[in-house]
Amino acid sequence: MVDAYTRLVRTAPGRALAARTGLPRPSHLPRRAERPQPVLDPVVVLGSGEGAEQITGTLLGWGADVRRRFAETEHPGSVVIVLDAIERPEDIGPLVLPLAEAMRGLAAGARVVTVSRPAAGQDPSRDAARGGVEGFVRSLGHEMRRGSTANGLLVADGVALDAPSVTGALRFLLSARSAFVDGQLLRIDAAGAALPESWEAPLAGRTALVTGAARGIGAAIARTLAADGARVVLLDVTAAGTELARLANELRGVPVQLDVTAADAGDRLAAFLRERGLRLDIVVLNAGITRDRMFANMAPDRWDPVIAVNIASQISLMRDLLAADAPAAEASGSADAPAAADASAAGRSAAAPVLGDELRVVSLASTSGIAGNRGQSNYAASKAGVMAFVEALAGQLEERGGTANAVAPGFIETEMTRKIPPLQREVARRISSLQQGGLPVDVAEAVAFLASGPAGGVRGQTLRVCGQHMVGR
Amino acid sequence: MTSPASSSADPIEPLGAPAEPAGPGEPSRPASPGRPAEPAGGIGPDEGRSALDLRRTPEVRDAYVLGGNRIPFARAGGAYAGVSNQDLLTAALDGLVARFGLQGEMLGEVAGGAVLKLAGDLNLTRESALGTPLDPRTPALDLSKACATGLETVMHVSNRIRLGQIDSAIACGVDSASDSPIEVTPRLRRLLHRLNAARSLPQRLSVLAGARPGDLAPVPPRNSEPRTGLSMGEHQAVTTAQWGISRQAQDELALASHRALAAAYESGFLDDLVTGYRGIGRDTNLRPDSSLEKLASLKPVFGLGSPAVAEPTMTAGNSTPLTDGASAVLLGSRDWAAARGLTPLARVVDARSAAVDFAHGEEGLLMAPAYAVPELLDAHGLALADIDLYEIHEAFAATVLSTLAAWESEDFCRDRLGRTAPLGSIDRSRLNVTGSSLAAGHPFAATGGRIVATLAKLLHQRARETGRSQRGLVSICAAAGQGTVALLEADPA
Repeated sequence: MVDAYTRLVRTAPGRALAARTGLPRPSHLPRRAERPQPVLDPVVVLGSGEGAEQITGTLLGWGADVRRRFAETEHPGSVVIVLDAIERPEDIGPLVLPLAEAMRGLAAGARVVTVSRPAAGQDPSRDAARGGVEGFVRSLGHEMRRGSTANGLLVADGVALDAPSVTGALRFLLSARSAFVDGQLLRIDAAGAALPESWEAPLAGRTALVTGAARGIGAAIARTLAADGARVVLLDVTAAGTELARLANELRGVPVQLDVTAADAGDRLAAFLRERGLRLDIVVLNAGITRDRMFANMAPDRWDPVIAVNIASQISLMRDLLAADAPAAEASGSADAPAAADASAAGRSAAAPVLGDELRVVSLASTSGIAGNRGQSNYAASKAGVMAFVEALAGQLEERGGTANAVAPGFIETEMTRKIPPLQREVARRISSLQQGGLPVDVAEAVAFLASGPAGGVRGQTLRVCGQHMVGR
Repeated sequence: MTSPASSSADPIEPLGAPAEPAGPGEPSRPASPGRPAEPAGGIGPDEGRSALDLRRTPEVRDAYVLGGNRIPFARAGGAYAGVSNQDLLTAALDGLVARFGLQGEMLGEVAGGAVLKLAGDLNLTRESALGTPLDPRTPALDLSKACATGLETVMHVSNRIRLGQIDSAIACGVDSASDSPIEVTPRLRRLLHRLNAARSLPQRLSVLAGARPGDLAPVPPRNSEPRTGLSMGEHQAVTTAQWGISRQAQDELALASHRALAAAYESGFLDDLVTGYRGIGRDTNLRPDSSLEKLASLKPVFGLGSPAVAEPTMTAGNSTPLTDGASAVLLGSRDWAAARGLTPLARVVDARSAAVDFAHGEEGLLMAPAYAVPELLDAHGLALADIDLYEIHEAFAATVLSTLAAWESEDFCRDRLGRTAPLGSIDRSRLNVTGSSLAAGHPFAATGGRIVATLAKLLHQRARETGRSQRGLVSICAAAGQGTVALLEADPA
């Protein structure tokens, strides 16, 4: 799915032309299939202190070729800068400047990841230092070349740098799974659940629902979750039934034909899950539509369906699934052992829980929801709503060990973006640091990361998968 | 007559039949492909058995409908125009495989058919099944009996399951009126064969010289009975007049069908019976907003020139349109279902078929089920009123009403059926409760599968709700004066 311009600039004359005229020269981005190893070696860890030792230990545990300085390290593949102990803005320089000289020697597709603490509103000087890291990372993202990226982790005070949530996020950002994530800072609020038994199948034993699964990004999410070991429940409208059935056959998943905007969608889904004896550990709220129109021409027939599908259905679906679970949670607390065993044996009791204990909800937002977009006032309203929704939902889910987050795709090559007029589409593709559109699988990888156990420490965040699109933060 | 199930010498078989035979039954086959080492069912690996057992038919066990799937039916020339029978059937099978997790599964048989079938589609069912994720070693079979094809495939595989020859099967059917075969004239066909056999240029030229312009006209499939030259609608128009079926009664039945099917979609009843296809989520013939006024405004289209029809009553509104679609039904033994966590919906109890002499005008073309149903009921000691749900295929509204009128008629039941009293009338609230062909449309060979899967689900639901067994009757009329009828039953637990 490489666009025509990218194909052109990968030919010798095209490359020469682009170099002469200063036109974008998008680089090839290896994805997981091409680059399966978690870390591109050698990896240089900058920084000293306990945090840097913990990060080094994590990397060594993965079998990485870890160095502590750039000397004698040709073409570093990965750089982790540990800034957890900075107290003043002046502390940043000595830690990051060794990278400056090494920048031109970084391998193609290299990764730079900073690990620091978020501003906590207590010490002005320390907060200034911590806040400064964000500007550094975002600028570095713009300067990275040859498909390399720069991202950062903001690990809350009190969470050790060898906590599962830090380890999981670090692995995601260093791997090819984050190929289209660039210039982003991800906050980690808690230690998260245990690391997966196998990094090859991090979602083994989990059951995942994907709405809007029949095609596009939804189908890519389903494929990625299934590849990570999850059992997938695939939901889409009846009209897309055969595409859904064929995807279910491919992934050995369970198809559910349901309109998420139906008043009783949540109840029907809960009943279906009970009938099949399924319990969801992961809910991916992906179903979405666009009905673009300049606001001056906007009417309810284009506004209402977008709100209904993109955000209102997410709210009601989660409310109904949580409500369906509520009596079961009470019952299992008070029920005597034989009764509970009985219910689990049947798996189809009216009160059987439909949600797992470590629930991961991942919703689909959009960069349009962050920065706004001409002609998308309805869509942006729905997607900005999604970001606020997951933040509130994460708070609700915290006590049951769950979390909710969102992924905000930028320009992704899909059926939906193929409908954008050619010139506008070409511009949208190029105005990101990576100078190209992302693939559905890039969004899917971010979703799979947020659906994983260790991502339990990521709460109410929106992770952009946009190649560092020039709009918004 | 194809009623192999009636071969049992003792016609009275208790409905609450014992479940599986105590014998070795079936080896539980692993989900992974691979031929089982031991023979599947029938004469099991019981070492104590001797060759003498070959003289005895093995004990019969029950066959169950486990579920179904169809694609939405579409009016001919509409949403599925240009889509082949094989594509339609593959889509229906893909949906069934997905719904029941049959990927890689080797089933006992896939039996299917189409009424309007291209000559090249001789292995239509096999080719369609090969396009699905089913184990490619699943055997397949094509069957044909006009509009009864779908129900006959269900009976065929049920009987094989009952005899222990197979443990599981799919019965399916498909038809595309939009992609029906168009042939050449018999003269041109013979000429082309002679041309093929000609050995020299002069011979070829002499063969070609025999061609006439009229030979080149394509021949579309005939919509008329070969022996009478009359279309099915023209035949039914005569029957309708004979039984004095009113226009209003036909329109009311049509309206009820549309309303019931629309309500079934609204309630989600069809969520696990239909898989959308090509952007279509519901049958395109369905008119939820139809009304008696609208139906009454349509002009009659059948029986217009017939001396036997004083006042034509059959319209496009109370007759089924030509339709494209496909359906599939999953069947299996109780053990096979249990091994896969599938719930048996209803037992396939028995079936009968009948044919009438319509060619000499002795009986109406579509009246065969009026004969087959009493035979089936008698075989099980049942009265018409003992049936909980009736599914009478709506070829035309008048077909259903003529059949019901015949069963209520003392003369018909005495003279034609040799009964001392009428078979009786039915509670109309139990007839086609989720609509039938007038609303859904009628892709000939797909109708049987639609009805069987729908009825099995209805019976299962009602048996669970009421706590008692529920019996359902399927009645399907077919071209050439034939009909096939079947009895299903669901248990409460």
